[in-house]
Amino acid sequence: MKFGLLRRFFCALLFFLLQDSILAQTVNAQSPDEKADEIGQQGISASVEGVDNYASIQTLAGAKLNAVPAIVEQLESQLGQQGLSLFEAMLAGRLYYRKSDSQVVIIEKQGSDSDNYLLYDSLTLKLLGEEATANFRKVRVNNKLRKQLRTTIARLSLFSNDVELRTESIRSMLDKVDEDTIDLLNQLKEQETSESVLSLVDLAFAIYHFSDSDEQSIRLAALNTMDGSLEPAVRNLINRATERYEDGTYAEVDTRVRRKAEQIKSGIESKVAFYEFLETIFFGLSLGSVLLLVATGLAITFGVMGVINMAHGELIMLGAYTTYVIQLLLPNHIEYSILLAIPAAFVVSGFTGILIERGVIRFLHGRPLETLLATFGISLILQQTVRSIFSPLNRQVETPQWLSGSLEINSVLSITYNRLYILIFAVIVFLILQLILKKTSLGLHVRAVAQNRSMAKSIGIRTEWVDAMTFGLGSGIAGIAGVALSQLTNVGPNLGQSYIIDSFMVVVFGGVGNLWGTLVGGFTLGVTNKFLEPMTGAVLANILILVFIILFIQRRPRGLFPQKGRAAE
Amino acid sequence: MTGNSSLATKQHTLAQHTLTQQLSPLHQLREKAPMFIAVLFGVTIYASICNQFVPQDSIFYVSTYSITLLGKYLCFALLALAVDIVWGYCGILSLGHGAFFALGGYAMGMYLMRQIGDRGVYGHPELPDFMVFLNWQELPWYWQGFDQFWFAMLMVALIPGLLAFVFGFLAFRSRVAGVYLSIMTQALTYALMLAFFRNEMGFGGNNGLTDFKDILGFDLQQDQTRIALFITTAIILAIAYCASVMIMGSKLGRVIIAIRDAEDRSRFLGYKTEIYKVWLFVFSAVIAAIAGALYVPQVGIINPGEFSPLNSIEIVVWVAVGGRGTLYGAVIGALLVNYAKTRFTAIMPEAWLFALGALFVSVTVFLPQGIAGVLKENNWLRRLTQRTAQPAGGQA
Amino acid sequence: MSMLDNMRETMRRDQVWNFLQPPSVAVNVDKQILLYIENLSVSFDGFKAISDLNLYINDGELRCLIGANGAGKTTLMDIVTGKTTPDTGSVFFGQNINLLGKTEAEIANLGIGRKFQKPTVFEAQTVYANLELALAYNKSILPTLIASLNGEQRDRIDEVLNIIGLREQRAMIAGALSHGQKQWLEIGMLLIADPRLLLVDEPVAGMTAQETERTAELLTSLAGDHTVVVVEHDMEFVRSIARTVTVLHQGSVLAEGSMQDVQNNPDVIEVYLGESH
Repeated sequence: MKFGLLRRFFCALLFFLLQDSILAQTVNAQSPDEKADEIGQQGISASVEGVDNYASIQTLAGAKLNAVPAIVEQLESQLGQQGLSLFEAMLAGRLYYRKSDSQVVIIEKQGSDSDNYLLYDSLTLKLLGEEATANFRKVRVNNKLRKQLRTTIARLSLFSNDVELRTESIRSMLDKVDEDTIDLLNQLKEQETSESVLSLVDLAFAIYHFSDSDEQSIRLAALNTMDGSLEPAVRNLINRATERYEDGTYAEVDTRVRRKAEQIKSGIESKVAFYEFLETIFFGLSLGSVLLLVATGLAITFGVMGVINMAHGELIMLGAYTTYVIQLLLPNHIEYSILLAIPAAFVVSGFTGILIERGVIRFLHGRPLETLLATFGISLILQQTVRSIFSPLNRQVETPQWLSGSLEINSVLSITYNRLYILIFAVIVFLILQLILKKTSLGLHVRAVAQNRSMAKSIGIRTEWVDAMTFGLGSGIAGIAGVALSQLTNVGPNLGQSYIIDSFMVVVFGGVGNLWGTLVGGFTLGVTNKFLEPMTGAVLANILILVFIILFIQRRPRGLFPQKGRAAE
Repeated sequence: MTGNSSLATKQHTLAQHTLTQQLSPLHQLREKAPMFIAVLFGVTIYASICNQFVPQDSIFYVSTYSITLLGKYLCFALLALAVDIVWGYCGILSLGHGAFFALGGYAMGMYLMRQIGDRGVYGHPELPDFMVFLNWQELPWYWQGFDQFWFAMLMVALIPGLLAFVFGFLAFRSRVAGVYLSIMTQALTYALMLAFFRNEMGFGGNNGLTDFKDILGFDLQQDQTRIALFITTAIILAIAYCASVMIMGSKLGRVIIAIRDAEDRSRFLGYKTEIYKVWLFVFSAVIAAIAGALYVPQVGIINPGEFSPLNSIEIVVWVAVGGRGTLYGAVIGALLVNYAKTRFTAIMPEAWLFALGALFVSVTVFLPQGIAGVLKENNWLRRLTQRTAQPAGGQA
Repeated sequence: MSMLDNMRETMRRDQVWNFLQPPSVAVNVDKQILLYIENLSVSFDGFKAISDLNLYINDGELRCLIGANGAGKTTLMDIVTGKTTPDTGSVFFGQNINLLGKTEAEIANLGIGRKFQKPTVFEAQTVYANLELALAYNKSILPTLIASLNGEQRDRIDEVLNIIGLREQRAMIAGALSHGQKQWLEIGMLLIADPRLLLVDEPVAGMTAQETERTAELLTSLAGDHTVVVVEHDMEFVRSIARTVTVLHQGSVLAEGSMQDVQNNPDVIEVYLGESH
């Protein structure tokens, strides 16, 4: 439930920011638990009403294809709302029946190596058990049936108790509003309480009137209703209306209506452009947060300690694999395993980091180029170790439900939860690190050693211990970055390699020894990259950024925010 | 102090002319080159003869595969030489020399592609197969002229040289040095790798350039052509080695070492160190590019993988193993590590990266002067100075 | 024929091409002043290392700069030799050569030599090669590549080896020298180029009493033909060589005059001697 609250909070925040989008909707905004509750309630009522329903469903088993439409109609009137999951499963091709007793169930395929299906009740979605695939046959559907099912589902959802479902179903109807839909919507309008649904209904009416009516005033009024809407259906309609043929005539003959439509079109277009701009910024910030995460650890080891750790990428990779292993160990707790993975990855990578520092780096003190080479060697060893243990293939880390899905602000702008969370997570990690460095005694010692090693030593700071701890801290953060990355990309032995150059770039660009520089550097590079991408393509954008940094370093060798003081020279 | 003065007395007996002679490049050449050239050509000629004139069933027979392998090693030796010149002598740790190698290779590859003519799969008289595949109608402008051998060879040196000049000029002028420079060079080769992976670049994308038929009219599959390429590589290696010995033995070489050990001091003595570094970098890049150009016809393919940062950093390990700051050390290192790589990847491929990684760590921690350092340690240097001098390149 | 002559003239082995030669500008010292430093200020991130400093060094004099740590002595040398660019002010070498905006190498080639606080020599090379590298000649790439020692230059090296007393160590690797010997070698590297102005930063740090004495002798003997500016903390040493002493304090000149004058200057007593003792 906690995540539901958190999610609501961010939804509210975004609503607040984007107030003018009246149609703002959240998809998936409910927590999974709530959803399960609802389904559960439906299930209970179904089982109370009797066996009768199941008997009707059984008629689907083995029915001739041309008989099925009638059965579906019959089921729709009989089951009402409860039938939704049944129809959805049927549409998705997951409705099967047992050959022996014609019992109709919803199945779930397991991995390709399993000979069994998981069986669910066709109405309540309760898990019934597991059975051999050979015992079952699919309830067949053809294209005509699929179409029928879709409208059935839309109709059912329209009167569902769930606002979200209602919204979805009206939206799916917007593309083609006919008299039947209008009738349905009229019924809905009488009982509807939700503002957002009502405005969608109005939109549907407007679309209908615009296409159906000949009267100018009605059509203009319809256009007024559509003004500012970002629904794809509205945009298509307006585009069609303003279309200009090659012979100079227009699709819309009524000049006043056309003028109005054109006006609305430009309004909508600038709005779309605005939201696309916001989306690009979000993508940029998201990339920036990834860069920040991978570079923060490096900002400690490279920036503060001055140690060039080329195995940094592999420490990130270890973090990602830790997430994978924890999911393997706790297959039934995917929701929480990722939270557990954060401290675990910190410990694994941090400990590896300390080993590297104690085992190799301390012998190479003051010889940065040698350190670079040695740690590169370590990175090869770590990569190969992982390759030997987990195979060279990519591993899939599952995304817990609360991280999947997206926050749909409107039909142009939607924000995926995993990216949003990672953005927040990156900033939190960064702030915690700042706190550690600024407020704890370890932080004080780290800064002391970084500024003047021999002086620090002479006032009794155990520099060796501080070195190890600092390196462990930086490495641990790399591990945490790995947890986040496992949610965005495939986890494989080469995961770290692809980030090492980027993270060095961020640190160097931001200014070595300056954590805030890393923050600004990461986000700047992220946003710039995403703005370049539409113009140049992803690869070229990447190249341009690299070239830009190379040139930037020529001009300001010490980065955006150089470390202050004469000692820095 | 007392130890030194007794030593100094010994030194005093050194005739004045010996001292100044050591400063002459020709003297250096006489000292260092004959042995190297003798071994190099001894092996080259022996292997060639054994391939051509010894019957296949004889134990002395050297297969053409081995000849090609040896030729490949010599290319790598040349490449290692290039890295050693900048790293060992000037302290510029370039992690992007693979880029120059690959660019040289691509220039050669483009020539070889044009030589295929209409013998490609699609039989187009002018366009290479991959361009036909991409539905290109005509040869891009930058492919013009590569049907001429001389032009291609010019480009082999010119393009990487120009890149090295621009990069070096920008970097050294603004005094980017040390680790920063290393990371910049790595970013350079990484950016080039990404670029060459793109099909739109017109260099064959992912697959690179391959299926070469002949060079200067000689069939690349022929044993004789292979031997000729092998011997050419050996000759060019010898020339590059001698040129490098002479340069490093000249006053220019001493300035370069001075820049490595105390750049500020050199500057305050009136040397424009950035200019020295730029030209040394260009020289080194051109050698690397030539190595690449020799490599491509022997292995028969060039693809963007050659730009990968791992490749570039592997070169550095060859030099580190052999001993940087000694030209022969770089060559020995390249040969040894690559031989080990061939053996390892044949016997147990998974173990190679472990071995390579361990090599990185152990050489830097335990053997900073490499094999050449061990040889020197037991030799004249110990007798010459009792207090061991600061390791050459300790500043690096 | 004339073309051939031209060619022959161009290809003469005994001289470098004109365009390879640095433009030589004679230093104008009509006013007997070699170095003009006026209204000089520089700050590092808000900290004023030099503030509104005025200093004139006469041609051929031996000047000592003293001052507590952070008084701006080394920064001043950095500015004169081109390592640091000041925020405001001007630095002229003679009346005609503006030093600001010139690179370290250009300034060095004008005849300004600098010895670092920490002795810096080319440790991997012999003493002899160190001196060879410091010889005054055209220091661009191609001339360096083909350079070989002529008799005059060999004599010059021998002469300097004698002056700095490292004749016997000439074949030694410089890294193997003792600390004091390295200091001497570095001074030798300056001397060999016969600079007009020598900036010497703490020449006697780490030297034995005997070595210090010899250094004092050497520096005094240099004055006259050369102009020498010495930064030193060792008051004994300063007293032994100084004719004129300039006291720096917080980036500007506090007092100037003979050692006697300076020591009796109430300002100096207050801020310098009072502070450090």
